[in-house]
Amino acid sequence: MRGPDIVWYLCVAAFLFCTGALGVLIRRSPLIVLLSLEIMLNGANLALIAFARHYGQGDGQIFALTVMAVAASEVVVGLGLIVAIARRRLDLDVDKLSTLRG
Amino acid sequence: MIVASAANVLVWIVWVVAAFACLGTGIAVISFSNPFYSALSLIGNLASLAVMYLLLSAEFVAAAQVLVYAGAVMVMFLFVIAYLGGRADAPWAGGPSWQALGAVAASAALFVEVIVVIGLKTSGRLSDSADIESSFGRPYEIGRLFLTDHLLAFEITSIVLLVAAVGGVILGSHSRDAPTAETQQ
Repeated sequence: MRGPDIVWYLCVAAFLFCTGALGVLIRRSPLIVLLSLEIMLNGANLALIAFARHYGQGDGQIFALTVMAVAASEVVVGLGLIVAIARRRLDLDVDKLSTLRG
Repeated sequence: MIVASAANVLVWIVWVVAAFACLGTGIAVISFSNPFYSALSLIGNLASLAVMYLLLSAEFVAAAQVLVYAGAVMVMFLFVIAYLGGRADAPWAGGPSWQALGAVAASAALFVEVIVVIGLKTSGRLSDSADIESSFGRPYEIGRLFLTDHLLAFEITSIVLLVAAVGGVILGSHSRDAPTAETQQ
């Protein structure tokens, strides 16, 4: 079972990361910004697991699992912030949340 | 020999389907205006990524991906989207159009840079992967690594999760004198 080379996985990972970055830059809803962040993290995870397979060592998979745990924590805090924003009847728009701007 | 090449073709077919599903659902996530559809597309994205993890013989990570991400995290997302209702809908692109153009140009430039670096730095060297043992990616091996070589990462992850849980409770707890938009303006 050979399948495609690691380079192809890396190209998919790079595309996913750039898609997520585009979503973070272009969207205004904080929910979709969080979803795009998940795409970026998963692109990085795919590269980690591809390299783990390439070098035949499990350390990359360990790092990917750690990234998954950190992503779950980030979602908890991000969604908590979004619910807190919505409860204060502020607009759910990252361009309008500029009170802390210097 | 014929059996081996047939298996190779099969792996390629699965990979191409998973990769295009991955890219398509990734673009769908950032292009739907309704966050509910975006979240559903992200579930498809995570599932096709799990297929690619299986092809990279990372069985445990693929299972964790489906359970943790496509299961738990996305259910939380869908709950919040349902809680917010129609307020979660947001216009597609923010700001003036030159901002959107700049964002597209920036991420396209990032993609080209990464691809060029991959092509320059790794040409030919990534073609033959190392041989792996049969225990590679199995839960036994993952657990052994977590409890021996990477014990610190394991412990720190537990602290991060605890802090995130406490933070979620604090952010979600209802304080009665919280200022609303009316009192602030």
